[in-house]
Amino acid sequence: MELYTKTAHELHKMLVDKDVTSVEITESFIDRINEVEPKVDAFIATTFETALETASKADEKIQKGEEISALEGLPMALKDNMSTKGVATTSASKMLENYVPPYDATVVKILKENNIPILGKTNMDEFAMGSSTETSYFKKTKNPYDLQRIPGGSSGGSAASVSANEAVFALGSDTGGSIRQPASCCGVVGLKPTYGTVSRFGLFAFASSLDQIGPFAKDVTDAANIFNLISGHDSFDSTSINMEYPDYTSSLKADVKGLKIGVPQEFLGDGINVEVKNAILKACDNYKALGAEVETFSLPLTDYFIPIYYVICCAEASSNLARYDGVKYGYRADKFSDLTDLYKKTRSQGFGAEVKRRIMLGTYVLSSGYYDAYYKKAQQMRTIIRNNFADAFKKYDLILTPTAPTTAFKMGEKIDDPVQMYLADICTVVVNIAGLPGMSMPCGVDSEGLPIGMQLIGNSFAEPTIFRAGFAFEQAGFSKIPLPTFKNGGAN
Amino acid sequence: MNYETVIGLEVHAELKTKTKIYCGCSTEFGGEVNTHTCPICVGFPGVLPVLNKQVVEYAIKAGLATNCNITPVGKQDRKNYFYPDLPKAYQTSQYDLPICVGGYVEIETEDGPKKIRLTRIHIEEDAGKLLHDFGEGTLVDYNRGGVPLIEIVSEPDLRSSQEAHTFLEQLKAILEYTDVSDCKMQEGSLRCDVNVSVRPEGATEFGIRTEMKNVNSFRAAVRAIEYESKRQIAVLENGDEVTQETRRWDEASGKSVPMRSKEDAQDYRYFPEPDLVNIVIDDEWVARVRETLPELPQARIKRYIADLGLTDYDAGLIASNKKLAVLFEETVALGAKPKAVSNWILGDVSRILNERDIELDESKLTPQALASLIELIEKGTISNNAGKKVLPDIFDGCDDVTKLVEEKGLVQISDDSALMEIVTQVLADNEKSVNDYKGGNERAIGFLVGQCMKASKGKGNPQKFNELLKQNLG
Repeated sequence: MELYTKTAHELHKMLVDKDVTSVEITESFIDRINEVEPKVDAFIATTFETALETASKADEKIQKGEEISALEGLPMALKDNMSTKGVATTSASKMLENYVPPYDATVVKILKENNIPILGKTNMDEFAMGSSTETSYFKKTKNPYDLQRIPGGSSGGSAASVSANEAVFALGSDTGGSIRQPASCCGVVGLKPTYGTVSRFGLFAFASSLDQIGPFAKDVTDAANIFNLISGHDSFDSTSINMEYPDYTSSLKADVKGLKIGVPQEFLGDGINVEVKNAILKACDNYKALGAEVETFSLPLTDYFIPIYYVICCAEASSNLARYDGVKYGYRADKFSDLTDLYKKTRSQGFGAEVKRRIMLGTYVLSSGYYDAYYKKAQQMRTIIRNNFADAFKKYDLILTPTAPTTAFKMGEKIDDPVQMYLADICTVVVNIAGLPGMSMPCGVDSEGLPIGMQLIGNSFAEPTIFRAGFAFEQAGFSKIPLPTFKNGGAN
Repeated sequence: MNYETVIGLEVHAELKTKTKIYCGCSTEFGGEVNTHTCPICVGFPGVLPVLNKQVVEYAIKAGLATNCNITPVGKQDRKNYFYPDLPKAYQTSQYDLPICVGGYVEIETEDGPKKIRLTRIHIEEDAGKLLHDFGEGTLVDYNRGGVPLIEIVSEPDLRSSQEAHTFLEQLKAILEYTDVSDCKMQEGSLRCDVNVSVRPEGATEFGIRTEMKNVNSFRAAVRAIEYESKRQIAVLENGDEVTQETRRWDEASGKSVPMRSKEDAQDYRYFPEPDLVNIVIDDEWVARVRETLPELPQARIKRYIADLGLTDYDAGLIASNKKLAVLFEETVALGAKPKAVSNWILGDVSRILNERDIELDESKLTPQALASLIELIEKGTISNNAGKKVLPDIFDGCDDVTKLVEEKGLVQISDDSALMEIVTQVLADNEKSVNDYKGGNERAIGFLVGQCMKASKGKGNPQKFNELLKQNLG
């Protein structure tokens, strides 16, 4: 079996046992990328040379008999909105097409310290705004299960790269579902951690109070290992939580007896595809079979989740993206008559339509006279929603929902209908609004063979519970789905 | 009709922290362009701010020194606007939960003491600086970007340019004593915006106000207020209405010019800064800062008058300038008489500072040197004039004053026999004056003393000459 098909924990064992070297593993992935990337287009840029250098460093350590960390020497893919010193980081925007950062994001520092080869920077929706990776300025990433379909978004490149075995794992960022929804579309595991557990320093901000970096993995064990690696307090991020971070792999026990799982009935109603709904109901039965207690309950205010989310995220984005003004770095319009003209032309030409739409929405909701009606009200609702979840978690250990209302849709299907596109995040945005951890993992495929994801939502810092429940589900074989087939190629 | 001018001030003071408000860059003034910068203070994609705790501490200190209430929970907000000197296109400031609220500064006016109320003191970051004089186009220096500021906002309690000036002096003294700001006007570490309106005397409603920016010195504040108040009165007298607007003070022409009207006022779209957490200030922290408060100017003035015998005026002048006050107190502590020290400081010391256009700490004048200078005069070793002559050398760093006056030949001859020789000679040479004096013209003695001084080449002690002459003429 090819090395690139294996999980990180399998490859780690092989490295430790000296059955294989990190360079061999990395080369296997490079070959794989060269083979499937023309179909998938997961990467904006590849960095094979430095990846191999890093792999050699890991190998040296192993040869010297030094201990290596769980992911050391295992090649990964990085969403192109995390600052990498000396390597262009674009957020998939024309605005930053030629921007080369002078510093490393905290997560990138961690990867480097652990000799983890970075194979490349993955494609995404521009500035992480989108649910299909179609708003990227550079290219459209295809779903490895059906090349005419979207991989989800905004971290579509990261999800597709893991799904297509172009990387052992990947990092993405999730503001309203940008890790979980593409994980669901591409049939991999994706975790949006509790807000504040992974440093945002160096993550190109979309919506500061919602953004969170998290892993894409081939299984729950890998996800726990990656989360172990990237979580922790960072003094460069004021919202980073200073606490004792447990060893998350110790929660990988295939035992859910007595675990209380609540299923919000609102997420099994209208707007949820029947095949998705049935897969979730089956997952509930599976959990019951494993000894968990599963019941449906009513989660109030679900109709407000999308509006609240878009008010908050657009407000913050309008301010976060104001720095792209053509003055200091990034794109600058060629010709301009004065300062205002420089701003207008640079931003009109440098940003794509979706980014501009959100900047305008955000500017509007923060404007004097509208602030109270929109932004302030959304913040008040946010508190109420948090309280509602706190109440739910008094009764349940976990909440189970579909990750997305449908499986991967066709390219171009929703790109001209923002509201339909926004509804793709109906099940995920609330997790960010409430700052909770949520994980998507496969729970079946639809009649077309497309992966269906289920979302496990925990209370703040309940990642161990999520990992335990996910691991049990996986060990019982319920998450096993067919490998991607790369079907419908060439027709795009 | 008589009009009353109503003034409110917004004073920005750069805090004296070593590092910037949200990153570790130096706050030092005058560095090579864009050397005190990092990805954080230049707003590169992905960077996050971390609040410098010292900034909060200084704001608390300034607040306590001006009788403010300190908020238990402070918040930081983004003020959004586009300008090249603002790298993130928003300034991190405080909107509705500033560190300090309420408070007042007491000033002396012609009608006695007056409390000028403060609305608030909040923390924020400074912007960079545009450089216009480098060929085509404009360049930006971000060294100043992210230097911490406090903004002190007064209520419209000031009624004249003089009151405004006194308030600013008083505020500056407080910031200097508490050591939270250097208050170096020429480096822009203290700046103010001036709000002015006028109303008929006796009116209870405020008039329509204008706000003036670019007021870069206390003198400019006084001129700007006087100009603007006259302009507004003329508008009203003409039967027109004052336009609510922001104006720019042009120091060179001595005029204010419209910048933007109320309709064009920017919508800053303030919202809570999501990258920062609330500032929690417990009672213990406030108490700890309170303990570090020094004696403030008002208390000093009272002490100088009551304990050291200075006049109200002199005490006020010295106490409102921390550097002068420190020199004064240290010189007095070395045994010099307070009145003499005060005279020297407010006289020749201030004159030389003005002439050289420097601050006291830019000179090498020490309390030791000033004390020994005063002592030499008191003892009669040198004349007062000789003291004035050597002061510039003391400014330049000469601290052995005794040696200095000897080298310069300024020591007075106090030896009676040496002086007597001169007196005898002068009496012999000036028969007419001797006769005048003896004839009852007492003023003739002055001429004779003058002749003695001349004969001694200025080194004789005039007091002694006077005594000896009288003895010999008696």
